[in-house]
Amino acid sequence: MTVIKLSEPVEDIVVNLLRLANTKLPADVGWALEAAAGWETSEVAYTQLGAIMENVKKAEHMGLPMCQDTGIPVFYVRGRFDSSIAAEIARGVERATREIPLRPNTVDPITRENHGDNLGEGMPLIHYIPTGDDFTEITVLPKGAGSENMTRLTMLNPADGIEGVKRFVVDAVLDAGGRPCPPSIVGVGIGGTSDRCVEMAKEALLIPLDEENPDPTLRKLEEELFVALNGSGLGPMGLGGSTTALGVRIRRCACHTASLPVAVNIGCWATRRASARITDHGVDYAQGAVL
Amino acid sequence: MKVLRTPLDEATVRSLKLGETVYLSGPIVTGRDEMHIRALEYADEGKDVPECLQGAVIFHCGPIMRRSDDGSWSVVAAGPTTSARMNRLEPEMIPTFNIRAIVGKGGMGRETAEAMRDYGCVYLAATGGAAVSLAEGLDRCVGVEWEDLGMAEAMWRFEANSLGPLIVAMDANGESLYEKVNSSLVRDV
Repeated sequence: MTVIKLSEPVEDIVVNLLRLANTKLPADVGWALEAAAGWETSEVAYTQLGAIMENVKKAEHMGLPMCQDTGIPVFYVRGRFDSSIAAEIARGVERATREIPLRPNTVDPITRENHGDNLGEGMPLIHYIPTGDDFTEITVLPKGAGSENMTRLTMLNPADGIEGVKRFVVDAVLDAGGRPCPPSIVGVGIGGTSDRCVEMAKEALLIPLDEENPDPTLRKLEEELFVALNGSGLGPMGLGGSTTALGVRIRRCACHTASLPVAVNIGCWATRRASARITDHGVDYAQGAVL
Repeated sequence: MKVLRTPLDEATVRSLKLGETVYLSGPIVTGRDEMHIRALEYADEGKDVPECLQGAVIFHCGPIMRRSDDGSWSVVAAGPTTSARMNRLEPEMIPTFNIRAIVGKGGMGRETAEAMRDYGCVYLAATGGAAVSLAEGLDRCVGVEWEDLGMAEAMWRFEANSLGPLIVAMDANGESLYEKVNSSLVRDV
């Protein structure tokens, strides 16, 4: 297998990705916020959206992380790569933590000890998707705890059907209330096994909001959930209003005939993502990816 | 623009109305899970707790801080963290340290609302994730206590300058905007 000749070290690319993701909101999320401010009629809600948009502008202008919870960076490596990439990504995370700076978030789960470098056992978290393509694509999703702590998985009965799926998603978002910093992007996984279902729910957050779901069944479901959530009255930060979700994104895969797994992974309004596609010719950066 | 000067007295806190927008100027300390746990543990054991916590405004926040060459600290980003994590701790924290206001996001439970009513405290909702704007409002770091808890969990002391906008989301009458919103949620699918 030919490995891509990297035009710059992966470590540098990772620092660039973390800087881009944390300081600049993806354009599609920004557009969704602006649209929401246009239709929002609640004064408290409008105040929240205004504060969010002002903050986004300041963060980008000043080159600072838009949110203090710079999260756990979840990496997706796709295309051609070899096993050395993990160590290089780790070096990038350590350097980005010092240079940007990022908040040191990773701790030992039992002792709660924090080494200050956002590394530690099993970190950084990297998902690998080898393909035969002539590129290496590295995507990062810095995931804050406010939204991540609201993650839900259920193993429905097949008889619960699509109505059961909708019920579960709406309840997951509304029960979370203001905690995941709505207006949210709601990532949903349907099918697979329990572990794959949760992964899909998070992968769904990487898909830009203006990228139409190619599956007409899922597209319809995304639209119905979007309408239901925004008609709920939860609003920005759970303080009331007509903007609860900026978008709903669904991924699916086949499942056992006796199962209907559904997972919800909520992305806060600051759903931060950045992607670098590395070829022999150079590096192209973007702020979303379809895995 | 209604700017409140901290430390807040009980009368000021009790005059605040649910849903109104305010800003804070003056001393404010940050505190999350670990700071609450330690403060209550020390109080229980009769150990010294930093003076700045008495009658304080607590900001549920784990900021990103940067240390300059001269050793001083400056704030980079400082939005609110999820307050519900402190639901178990705040009802005891409020009377123990005469806490007059909590700044956070997502709201807190019934027990905290009742402690706020009984002892004169309010919950002010900051915009989650608005960390650069809120860091500007925190203005100046004047010290840090319990630094061993780590950057996110330490008790950072700030001299705020028009920190906000903050929504009075739980008042000193035991009313909660979150409960009002929740009780009227439409859950149709």
